Amino acid sequence: MNRSLRLNLALVACIAVTVLLSLMAGKVWIPLDAWVAGDPRWPIIAELRMPRTVLAILVGGALGVSGAAMQGYLRNPLADPGLFGVSSGAALGAVISLYFGYTASAWLLPAFALTGAGLTMAILALLVGRSGSMIVFTLAGVILSSVAGSMTALAISLAPTPFATSQIVTWLMGALTDRSWDDVWLALPLLALGGTLLALTGRTLDALTLGESAARSMGVDPLRLQLLIVVGVALCVGASVATAGIIGFVGLIVPHLVRPFVGNRPSAVLLPSALAGALLLLLGDCVVRAMPTVSELRLGIAMSMLGGPFFLFLLLRMRRGLA
Amino acid sequence: MLTLGGRRVLDAISTTFTPGRVTAVLGPNGAGKSTLLSCLAGLRTPDEGRVLVDGQPRSALSMRDLARQIGLLPQGADVHWDVDVATLVALGRYPHRARWGETKADGAAVARAMAATDVTQFATRPMTALSGGERARVLLARVLAGEPQWLLADEPLANLDPAHQLGTLECLREVTRSGAGVILVLHDLNHAIRVADEVLLLCDGRIIAQGTPEDVLTPQRIAETYGVSSHIGTTPDGVRFIVTSQMAR
Repeated sequence: MNRSLRLNLALVACIAVTVLLSLMAGKVWIPLDAWVAGDPRWPIIAELRMPRTVLAILVGGALGVSGAAMQGYLRNPLADPGLFGVSSGAALGAVISLYFGYTASAWLLPAFALTGAGLTMAILALLVGRSGSMIVFTLAGVILSSVAGSMTALAISLAPTPFATSQIVTWLMGALTDRSWDDVWLALPLLALGGTLLALTGRTLDALTLGESAARSMGVDPLRLQLLIVVGVALCVGASVATAGIIGFVGLIVPHLVRPFVGNRPSAVLLPSALAGALLLLLGDCVVRAMPTVSELRLGIAMSMLGGPFFLFLLLRMRRGLA
Repeated sequence: MLTLGGRRVLDAISTTFTPGRVTAVLGPNGAGKSTLLSCLAGLRTPDEGRVLVDGQPRSALSMRDLARQIGLLPQGADVHWDVDVATLVALGRYPHRARWGETKADGAAVARAMAATDVTQFATRPMTALSGGERARVLLARVLAGEPQWLLADEPLANLDPAHQLGTLECLREVTRSGAGVILVLHDLNHAIRVADEVLLLCDGRIIAQGTPEDVLTPQRIAETYGVSSHIGTTPDGVRFIVTSQMAR
């Protein structure tokens, strides 16, 4: 059994155990013997914790595989799926729906967020054109991210009511609180499609290890690769933001966690990153739920608290490597 | 013809490369050597004219088919992730990839390429643990693993010590024995006369001369092309050499 397979099986086993924990843990601890349809606590599991658990797996997996694909594509270990502005665009879409108070239907906010992600992706494609250049791609992403970020800030500062401001700020922090099966059914097809597109890039990302010229001489089509990456990451990140808000750092962290076990080959990092992302978000969600705080700690904040020091650790390690 | 940034980098180039032979592309800096190689490998498209591969227009071939026929070793090739040697050499099989994983033929081609460049003993070592010379051999092995009909290398001897330079030249000569053609961009005239069956001399994007090293690399032509004077001699064991010096003013 090779080391990739061993790691993937271990991660699947850990996810299975954490799923049980996720269904039991929360403000109310629900032991296994209460998992029967007639038990009064069963609706908590079936209607609240199950969709939340499934969503944590889906969103964590999508962010993990997106991070691994982005790092492989940009050949930069510090790349993050939020780099090309799709998460900021999705957030802006959601913020606009909150600004105008379009919260009557459960579908409106995610629909606005997905529209924001789609529009950002389309503008990105227009800006990059047929050049296929990675530098143009990155710069265009940074510009879009900054424009969407400034418009989000504008929406917060001009929000019509304090309630709208509070809703926007809270939503931006990212969480899986009160998510339903509707959110799962909305996100599932988009995340599945996005994940599949990114899985197709594996061997091409390997070829890119040798640089753009060598990869092109080996038959890599840079435009096709860019299209797969942009659409794949946009679907994964857009659907994640639409259902869970902005949860940063997962895509940055998990590829680094799996590389010591599977090596640096970009294709070998994709699947374990998806599994590790799912596990990380699931564990994080269990922790924020079980914490004895008056209101639940937002998952996005918890991930940032983990991600910031991890980023610093990466920086120090890179600096040591350069010394 | 090819224009880059308003400058005509290649102009009225018309030439044919012969399979089973080593052709050295020579010329001063900015002559258009690397650009010519990029055009041949399909990385650049000429503004006018076309490239034929075995009589077929290059544009008629898919990127994958072209990559199967032409292997390129770019100048100063980078390795962006610290993968092990065997993984890196196996990347050379990318144009031949089957839908599901590596085939026996892939494994055999990788083993042959590693043996030919004498890197088999490093198979499990990470690329960062190799010396410059070892690294250059591994990168050459990557191209050889693709078993191309044409091997194009842009300054493959840069950063190598004399022993590894000669070893690499011998390895490249060996490639032609299977009938493949080798096109090298070189700066050192001595390497060219040592390895090449044919020399293509470029200057300002034009072909100055093409033929055997003896015919092309004459003191007069070297002076006209490089602006240096030269002395051509032969060692006691029959190896030709060129010594260049600044021209008397």
